Amino acid sequence: MTATPKLHGLMAEFVDHELVIAAAERAHAEGYRRMDAYTPFPVEGLSEAMGHKRTEIPLIVLLGALCGGGGGYFMIWYASVVDYPHNIGGRPFHSWPAFVPITFELTILLAAISAVVGMLVLNRLPRPHHPVFNVPEFARASTDRFFLCIEADDPKFDLKATRAFLESLKPETVKEVVE
Amino acid sequence: MNPETNNESTRSDRTPKWPASPLGYPSSLLAPGESYESVTDSIGSIVLAQKHPRSWLFGFAVAFALLMLLLMAIGWLFYKGVGIWGINVPVAWGFAIVNFVWWIGIGHAGTFISAILLLLHQKWRTSINRFTEAMTLFAVACAGLFPLLHLGRPQVFYWILPYPDTMGLWPQFRSPLVWDVFAVSTYFTVSLIFWYVGLIPDLATLRDRATTRAKKIILGITALGWRGSARHWQRHQAAYLLLAGLATPLVLSVHSVVSFDFAVGMLPGWHSTIFPPYFVAGAIYSGFAMVLNIIIPVRKLYHLEHMITMRHMNNAANVMLATGMMVTYGYIMEAFMAWYSGDVFERYMMANRAFGPYGWIFWGLILFNVLVPQLLWSKRVRTNLVALFFVALSVNIGMWLERFVIVITSLHRDFVPSSWGMYYPTFWDWATLFGSIGLFLTLLFLFIRFLPMISISEVRELVAEEKEGHK
Repeated sequence: MTATPKLHGLMAEFVDHELVIAAAERAHAEGYRRMDAYTPFPVEGLSEAMGHKRTEIPLIVLLGALCGGGGGYFMIWYASVVDYPHNIGGRPFHSWPAFVPITFELTILLAAISAVVGMLVLNRLPRPHHPVFNVPEFARASTDRFFLCIEADDPKFDLKATRAFLESLKPETVKEVVE
Repeated sequence: MNPETNNESTRSDRTPKWPASPLGYPSSLLAPGESYESVTDSIGSIVLAQKHPRSWLFGFAVAFALLMLLLMAIGWLFYKGVGIWGINVPVAWGFAIVNFVWWIGIGHAGTFISAILLLLHQKWRTSINRFTEAMTLFAVACAGLFPLLHLGRPQVFYWILPYPDTMGLWPQFRSPLVWDVFAVSTYFTVSLIFWYVGLIPDLATLRDRATTRAKKIILGITALGWRGSARHWQRHQAAYLLLAGLATPLVLSVHSVVSFDFAVGMLPGWHSTIFPPYFVAGAIYSGFAMVLNIIIPVRKLYHLEHMITMRHMNNAANVMLATGMMVTYGYIMEAFMAWYSGDVFERYMMANRAFGPYGWIFWGLILFNVLVPQLLWSKRVRTNLVALFFVALSVNIGMWLERFVIVITSLHRDFVPSSWGMYYPTFWDWATLFGSIGLFLTLLFLFIRFLPMISISEVRELVAEEKEGHK
């Protein structure tokens, strides 16, 4: 244990979403990879500007939907044909049109649940605390300020050079984020 | 731009004038000069700082009293059984089913506004979607209550769910009543998820602005540590959009499945292929009516005229007019098909519906649901809040009457005159109906008090777009 707290990164504060996109693009062009931006509303293109690709959420939702639909239909088929066959007006046990509504509902249900669970798991939420909350200015990240944080474990990170780089982007402030 | 005054007499003088579109409607979704901070303040402060108007307390007290009436009615019902209601053979489906269908329908506007209008890029949905999603949840909660109360043995409601029971039984998956269980519970769950996912960033905003320790802790837990990271937003938006895509077929399916409860039955007046689309149109119709009935007083009380603008009112009125015409078409088609089928029972059903013992209810339905809403053709009515409020109220009553006509007049005289009978609601029927309105309003008043009723992060997006537009 050392007396000096560990550095999480350097964080620059901007007043507009266009500035933070430009800053993220510059930082990515400079070769920084481990960074994140924090904004009060979803800014289109910001994640891509930092070099991130598309998310895996749609694939997870598709899998959830297939499990819901397939599992739902299997359950109804198993109950109505194998485990508890019941003659209703002489209709076939495997009367598939009557199985459609519940199969459909279960498809939607599991797809929706996998969307939200997938989003939370990939985002590593819930996580009540994070080093960025240690910066007093960060309270405005949920109101009207836009932040770009270059993290200390980036191979290119150097306290002096990175600070100079961030200052060159003309932010409102540049702060050290401690863990 | 030429600022034009519109016909809104209720707005105070300090509110800025609105730019108008070529058609003369207010074209803006936000008042001029809003910033990220000002929209955050005006929405967040309702929850965090503002002292609540006395009318909130008054309204809450009335709603809570009605909720107590509901609890009393349910308590007596559980003690005595469904015999305390007016139901009997032949009318075994009374108010409980009428109220169930009515409430489910009211819920539909929320999903319609939040999901379908999101996919269609209708920006005007932004300042009302949170509110109407909450309305959906509470309406579906009220609706879900009725089939349970109607069960007779509510303590064994779980028999209708597929679970490995010791009796070796399964639910009857070919029955529309079982489809209904899946449809309504899926609808509630997906609406809840959709609402909460949208709420997370706003809870984080409130957490960062909360002043008391209790508020900080509760909001801190419910916000899940949201920090607005760009990566998080990307996944959040992907999930939100997909949820909207999933909710869209869902909202069309729920009332279709509810209509199967009737349409799959062999009864004249129920056994009709027009039911699913006609139920869905009716659901959106009554949903928008309830949106207007609630949002008109709320926006006045909390001074939200700069976010929920006359354009919202006008659009909601237009949707009501359009869906109202679809419902009217449904009424006409029902009557036409009854005549065209040549079937003696179908023809008698229609004659009995209009001129039988419950005929006055049918004509009331035509008055409230078909004739009064024709006023919405007039721009003066659409932009006059008082008139709009009463038209919406008329639609809500009309839609309740419609369900009464469908359920009760179809049941009370079927094929064999010896099995005809009448249905008269008892005090407990009325108590449960008004009590459920109390439950709905109580939840709504609590929502207004404790959660941001407009999506702050989405309104900030609008602000950003307006800024770009002025560059």
